[in-house]
Amino acid sequence: MEFIRAFLVGGSICAVGQILIDKTKLTPARILVLFVTLGVVLTAIGVYEPLVKFGGAGATVPITGFGYSLAKGALKEVKEKGLLGAFMGGISSTAGGIAAAIFFGYLIALIFSPKEK
Amino acid sequence: MEQGLTKKEYEKYVQKKMPKSPVIKNTIKAFIIGGIICIVGQVVSNYFKGRGMSVEEAGGATAIVMVLLGALLTGLDIYDGIAKHAGAGTIVPITGFANSIVSPAMEFKSEGYVLGMASKMFVIAGPVLVYGIIASIVVGIISFIVKTL
Repeated sequence: MEFIRAFLVGGSICAVGQILIDKTKLTPARILVLFVTLGVVLTAIGVYEPLVKFGGAGATVPITGFGYSLAKGALKEVKEKGLLGAFMGGISSTAGGIAAAIFFGYLIALIFSPKEK
Repeated sequence: MEQGLTKKEYEKYVQKKMPKSPVIKNTIKAFIIGGIICIVGQVVSNYFKGRGMSVEEAGGATAIVMVLLGALLTGLDIYDGIAKHAGAGTIVPITGFANSIVSPAMEFKSEGYVLGMASKMFVIAGPVLVYGIIASIVVGIISFIVKTL
């Protein structure tokens, strides 16, 4: 059941992205920026957390979920550390993903070369 | 499939079955492929939770694995093949974030390892981090002010 929920929520978020790409002039890069920011804002106003509770990875795997982690980390650390937490929380809670993206991104690009087009 | 159908006839048959509007067709494809990627994420996340990780730890570990998968499939030239059909279905998941790093990095490797590969890694990922992190700091500051008042 949780797999179906992940499929439905994740699929829906991607479908919204596709409609934006087809119906507006937004490029994929702008969609990613828009979605990560939207993830932060929706988390801040308490809308995204229920979506994560319901959809699991369906809500956390899309890039909006990256925004969710950023915002959640910032809010949590503000509670613990005060203003310092606003600066530390976001990156702390997403450190794994960011570090992995840099490390594996570099490694894979080092090993493989683009195919001839 | 029936025997004796030529490739052209089959293509016609497929076209007839597909929704007419390209927007609807694209959206359905993005939905299905994006959804499948999230199911993979759920499987990975369940594995980590099963090994006793907390929800936060499992989330971080899942992000790492999904990024690795996205990067690897990009290197193997598989991800872009899927992306041709899936559009946002492969762009929006975190695997697409990894793809956006590896693709330009490979492309510009020939221009050197510093200003070619390493700097071009962040052509798309950079703006995502800039806006995402700024937004999270703003949210943190607002919540601090609200708590202090």
